[in-house]
Amino acid sequence: MGKQIINVSVNGKRLEKAVEPRTLLIHFLREECHLTGAHIGCETSHCGACTVDLDGESVKSCTHLAVQCDGSEVLTVEGLAKGPLLHAVQEGFYKEHGLQCGFCTPGMLMRSYRFLQENPNPSEDEVRAGIGGNLCRCTGYQNIVKAVLYAAAKLQQTERAAA
Amino acid sequence: MNAPIDPKLLERSAALQGLGDSRLRKEDARFIQGKGNYVDDIKMPGMLHMAIVRSPVAHARIKRIDKSEALKIPGVIAVLTAEDLKPLKLHWMPTLAGDVQAVLADEKVHFQMQEVAVVVAEDRYAAADGVEAVIVEYDELPVVLDPFAALEPDAPVLREDLAGKTEGAHGKRDHPNHIFTWEAGDKAAADAAFDTAPVTVKERIFYPRVHPCPLETCGCVASFDPIRGELTTYITSQAPHVVRTVVSLLSGIPESKVRIVSPDIGGGFGNKVGIYPGYVCAIVASIVLGKPVKWIEDRIENISSTAFARDYHMDGEIAATADGKILGLRVNVIADHGAFDACADPTKYPAGMFHICSGSYDIPAAWCSVKGVYTNKAPGGVSYRCSFRVTEAVYVIERMVDILAQKLGIDKAEIRAKNFIRKEQFPYTSAFGFEYDSGDYQPALDKVLAAVDYKGLRVEQAAKRADPNCPTLMGIGLVAFTEVVGAGPSKMCDILGVGMFDSCEIRIHPTGSAIARMGTISQGQGHQTTYAQIIATELGIPSEIIQIEEGDTSTAPYGLGTYGSRSTPVAGAAIALASRKIHAKARKIAAHLLEVGENDLDWEIDRFKVKGDDTRFKSMKDIAWAAYHQAPPGLEPGLEAVHYYDPPNFTFPFGVYLCVVDIDRGTGETKVRRFYALDDCGTRINPMIIEGQIHGGLTEGYAVAMGQQMPFDAQGNLLGNTLMDYFLPTAVETPKWETDFTVTPSPHHPLGAKGVAESPHVGSIPTFTSAVVDAFAHLGVKHMVMPHSAYRVWQQLKESGVAL
Repeated sequence: MGKQIINVSVNGKRLEKAVEPRTLLIHFLREECHLTGAHIGCETSHCGACTVDLDGESVKSCTHLAVQCDGSEVLTVEGLAKGPLLHAVQEGFYKEHGLQCGFCTPGMLMRSYRFLQENPNPSEDEVRAGIGGNLCRCTGYQNIVKAVLYAAAKLQQTERAAA
Repeated sequence: MNAPIDPKLLERSAALQGLGDSRLRKEDARFIQGKGNYVDDIKMPGMLHMAIVRSPVAHARIKRIDKSEALKIPGVIAVLTAEDLKPLKLHWMPTLAGDVQAVLADEKVHFQMQEVAVVVAEDRYAAADGVEAVIVEYDELPVVLDPFAALEPDAPVLREDLAGKTEGAHGKRDHPNHIFTWEAGDKAAADAAFDTAPVTVKERIFYPRVHPCPLETCGCVASFDPIRGELTTYITSQAPHVVRTVVSLLSGIPESKVRIVSPDIGGGFGNKVGIYPGYVCAIVASIVLGKPVKWIEDRIENISSTAFARDYHMDGEIAATADGKILGLRVNVIADHGAFDACADPTKYPAGMFHICSGSYDIPAAWCSVKGVYTNKAPGGVSYRCSFRVTEAVYVIERMVDILAQKLGIDKAEIRAKNFIRKEQFPYTSAFGFEYDSGDYQPALDKVLAAVDYKGLRVEQAAKRADPNCPTLMGIGLVAFTEVVGAGPSKMCDILGVGMFDSCEIRIHPTGSAIARMGTISQGQGHQTTYAQIIATELGIPSEIIQIEEGDTSTAPYGLGTYGSRSTPVAGAAIALASRKIHAKARKIAAHLLEVGENDLDWEIDRFKVKGDDTRFKSMKDIAWAAYHQAPPGLEPGLEAVHYYDPPNFTFPFGVYLCVVDIDRGTGETKVRRFYALDDCGTRINPMIIEGQIHGGLTEGYAVAMGQQMPFDAQGNLLGNTLMDYFLPTAVETPKWETDFTVTPSPHHPLGAKGVAESPHVGSIPTFTSAVVDAFAHLGVKHMVMPHSAYRVWQQLKESGVAL
């Protein structure tokens, strides 16, 4: 099968790569870009461990083809922190004990990051629905929900301070 | 009045972040930045990828395997079958339960998705193409799925490789499909209690087959160096040292040249204790091809072929007085272990710790028998988030106590209180011969009942039952469980003959920081944080400069690994005792430096000081430096210790859980209104981490009780091996958890700690069932089989004539 050239921005860095048309985005990120933050848990879009941000939307990169991302911008967990500064969702997960084994965490963080832009001031139930596409086997979600609410408060505070 | 505490002392103590502090987790920095290092993240130069050809049928003879088409695919390097492994004598392997298992199907397949061949290729896509192209012809055989049918005299013989073997690993086999029968307790005494008791109850309690389903599947990267004769394998394992021993025994490579590394592990829950054929095949492929080989399982393979749990058919019986005092217990179990007995069970307990099945109750006479049976299902019988079958034991006793209470018309809280082992009876020897270390059940029960206003809930329930138009049925579940964790004493527990001790090696560096290496391996339990807290308190070194390393057999001392909540009870004790060895030496050094006798020194948080003189002291930092340049004459330089801890007994954490459900009479949907969990795990090392583990265990318990099942059709096809079919709850359906605690330290553990992570799983599952059944109790329903999915509950609503 012939390879196809794609142009894609990953965490702000422009890349031109030749990929097999059947290459999944998760494999492209992990194997070609050497970004191992996003994980493979199910390969059927159910667990969300591979969630990344694609042109401003959360996608499950295990069921997305790399060629579909030609001309797109991809953000992974590795691009979330700004230099040494953790993003508010990363800080929230740390402070509220929102992870245990850490396997679902990159996907959870990327979903939470996007969710809080869709809904900056969510209720607890809205957070639960917002992360409903991401599975976690360790935390029982309670502390993940607290982590997202922590991040929401922090982001709003930062916004107010900036205004 | 107590004297005021010196604020300087408090400050020093807080700076250490030791025992009891909800210290934030040290490991999180890497996980939240995508810098975890899981097995699938490992890459090696020239690495090949392996994928497995699996059987589509459950029971068949293999007529022919044709590799030729697969080998034509670009990128495919090799296809291996049992015939290729035979010359190496690697086509069968020992299991951790004393059975043997086919590494690749040897002329016959025994369950759907059994490993038949492996394809090794240059990349994962080519390997997958290769798998599709391997042609296997099967001659199907009759399938046996029901363990009772498997024991019929004319049942097909499933394990032809055992033909003529009447002795199993645990005694006589009385049928070709029989694995073992394990009995405990005193049958004559139990029978006598039943012969004379005024009241008896009996029920068949089925605990369905479920799968632990950690989010990371199993996998490994094996790399054999033919020049050095060394094998390095990165592997998703909860027990890397045991894997090394087995790999060495299997391959003949000296154990000293086998290095097993468990890096970050994405959840285990018992699923990653065993040794799977995929691991062995990747290792063999690396040896044969001389290149690193990676195998990462997909989700369907994980659910279908790696260790499942439960599948126990339990006949429970209780004999009692008319006012509810239990006189005797009998439990008779048929256990479906699948095609190979491939769980990790201590040699002396093929049925695991089934002996906790007398629960929290003072039962004078008890007997239990478990019969393990082969069927055409995936192998296993893993202890999913429990110690070798505690979950089943607690489920049967708590269900039976509910059934007894219902028969006698006694409240379920009252009947438990009436039968509790009382505080003054500890240490308590159960009718099965186990010594419970400590417990204080009544205050725990009282605390829970008060917290939820139990009486008020019962009043509300009575009002709802009296109202025929009420759209919901309300149920209250209550469970008071005792757990047995911390496996275990070598005299009672071993895996493949290796005693179940654990170990710790601590080195204090000249500048006063420390490194500790452990025989355990975290799969999310936060060992790097909690272990450091133990050392911080014992040695007066701040947690943040204590480094914990685990999972690398080339550096860590031998240990049996992390499962069955044994890390704190066993390895935690090893840490404390290794620390105390260092502490004793530090005292000698301090005495030497201060020119006083050892007995003239007081220990205070992080320093030895001369009694009665606060100005003369040596801090641990001073002592560490001195250990390397002015050790007292006759004392070895350096400050390090290793301790292998073989526990004198198990530990027995306990808890009381209460659940309130509202069942929709129209749809059968069950809403968990409240779930209140009180746990007593003895001394609490990091309360934040304990709470987190309880939340997780409760959620996994919710999944098992309310939705998980592994259904098979008559041909042995597993109907539901993706996450589309197999229920893992999301944040939306998961209830909110309320947690509470009491503290009853273990008298024999150096820190008084007992272990907690499996308690919420073990305790919650019967609580959910108790609540769902309670909703129907007034309609005469005694028991309902899990999972309590909306459809199942709706069927019960119809049957009871109360569906809307």
